[in-house]
Amino acid sequence: MKKSQLFFLSFLTIVLMALPFLGSEYSVDWMTKTLIYGIFALSLELLVGTTGLVCFGQAAFFGIGAYAVVKISADLITPDAIYLLPISMILAGVFALFVGALSLRTKGVYFIMVTLAFAQMAYYVIHDTPIGGGTDGIYLYNKPSLFGWSISSSVEFYLFTLGCLLFVFILLGLITHSRFGRALTGIRINELRMRAIGYQTYNYKLMAFVISGMIAGLAGYLFAVKDGFVNPELLSWHLSGAVLIMIILGGLGHLRGAFIGAFAFALLEEFFRSEAIFGSFAKYWHLGLGLSIIFCVAFLPRGLFGIPSIWQSKLMGTKNASVEDQE
Amino acid sequence: MDFSTFLIQTLNSVQYGLLLFLVAAGLTLIFGIMGVINLAHGSFYMMGSYLAFALSPVVASTLGGGLITTLIIGLIIAIILGYILEWMFYSYLYERDHLQQVLMTYGLILVIEEIRSLLVGDDVHGVPIPDWLSSSIKLSDVMTYPVYRLFISGVCILLALGMFLVLSKTKLGMMIRAGSVNREMIQSLGVNIKFLYRIVFAAGIAIAALAGMVAAPVSSVYPGMGQGVLIICFVIVVIGGIGSIKGALIASLFIGFIDTFGKVLLPEVAGVLVYVFMAAILLWKPSGLFKAGS
Repeated sequence: MKKSQLFFLSFLTIVLMALPFLGSEYSVDWMTKTLIYGIFALSLELLVGTTGLVCFGQAAFFGIGAYAVVKISADLITPDAIYLLPISMILAGVFALFVGALSLRTKGVYFIMVTLAFAQMAYYVIHDTPIGGGTDGIYLYNKPSLFGWSISSSVEFYLFTLGCLLFVFILLGLITHSRFGRALTGIRINELRMRAIGYQTYNYKLMAFVISGMIAGLAGYLFAVKDGFVNPELLSWHLSGAVLIMIILGGLGHLRGAFIGAFAFALLEEFFRSEAIFGSFAKYWHLGLGLSIIFCVAFLPRGLFGIPSIWQSKLMGTKNASVEDQE
Repeated sequence: MDFSTFLIQTLNSVQYGLLLFLVAAGLTLIFGIMGVINLAHGSFYMMGSYLAFALSPVVASTLGGGLITTLIIGLIIAIILGYILEWMFYSYLYERDHLQQVLMTYGLILVIEEIRSLLVGDDVHGVPIPDWLSSSIKLSDVMTYPVYRLFISGVCILLALGMFLVLSKTKLGMMIRAGSVNREMIQSLGVNIKFLYRIVFAAGIAIAALAGMVAAPVSSVYPGMGQGVLIICFVIVVIGGIGSIKGALIASLFIGFIDTFGKVLLPEVAGVLVYVFMAAILLWKPSGLFKAGS
């Protein structure tokens, strides 16, 4: 891991650890949701930012992780995260293996659409068949504990989520700097050349797809346990779109960008929805959100993560971004 | 399923498929020629429906005109709007990569949807069918078929024919077709690409809005109506092959039939069928049925 990444990580840990002692119940709850979106965005970042595969069906894996925990824990007396969490992730991973194996045969825009198609299939299976409880969704009555400890209070669950986020962040940091991760970057930049060197690029991409699906499943698990409720909208294309927006907003090609994007998205949403600031106009919060997204595209082509280098080049009077950022 | 039910469902499939074709045709042209993924295309369909809802009483009281006048006025408004939007937003997107386009057009969806909410509110509205089209044709003792649905199909066929003639017989059409195959080449041949783009864009949006206007009396007018259409139209564009009008026509008829008959014969899995069809086609032909230029 690079020094800047370690610095970001430790800074984040300290600030986020301190939050429950400073913030209100509401802010802890809000932050938990944001951290879950952060994990979700990180899962997609591995595909889009590192490997160059634009997946428009990420919500399917998220939703499967969420539905898995609710369905399985319904039959248990003392559900425990220690096995429910891996099971949810594995189920999401198995679905990712199936989707990836087929959709990786296509390329570019077609790949975007095939992943969307598979996600829509999952959506309609959950929505229309008795498995998923229909449009109303299902409640999770019995929240899983961890090694028998209850993690049901919002602060405890917040810390658990934070732990998961750090784990995912470090895992992805290690992956992207491993030989495997370098190969994925190579595939993004020039797949033909990678194949010419002798890499079985299909297998590498499939591996990345499955890992990404499993992490999205983890995020789905956390989301279901946090709200104690799942509904088919967790698999809808709106969520797949929103998470894509998060990582583009943050800046592609950086793990930090994915997290910053998720945070910024949640923050913008909260800001434009706040009745204290906008009064009755807060009902139309999508307007502000949409305008700020358009603003970001117009003025920040490399996402929020690119802002420092814009300032840097303004101050130095040069137009070149640093080499590190180009990577 | 007896014959008259079958006939009704077939007519419905054709009508639905043709309506989807109008939206998908603009999408595939904008996609194929300018390389812009326009997520906001469904919003223009919605805008058309709302235009029909807002204009029809005004037109009836001031001009005394009926549906046709409304359609023409709405079409002119949509063309102007498309022209302005291209100039304000989309013209900056041509050089950007696809993800940036997705981001900006997603932002536009949110903005258009909220402006709609501010201006018209969130209620579901109906648009009356004009008297001269409100009768039904008798198919059997109990089955009838509304004339207005035939009118929709007729309008769609006329527009599709018009589009076909413009694309295949005129100089403008020639430039558009050439542009979808090789952008740089026609630019270096001296075609004013900026103007061409603006025309194509305005036309694409106007056709989508017209589809929305024509469909308003049967589908009613409600918030978020553009987004369901958008996803289905992307499916059509991809099945047909990006940039191919012929592919879009065939794919939208397929989708119309699969969706309509799926809902009648297999209601439990109807939602999935369209996507299963798309996945199957793409696994068989990874770049759609008719790739543009081939």
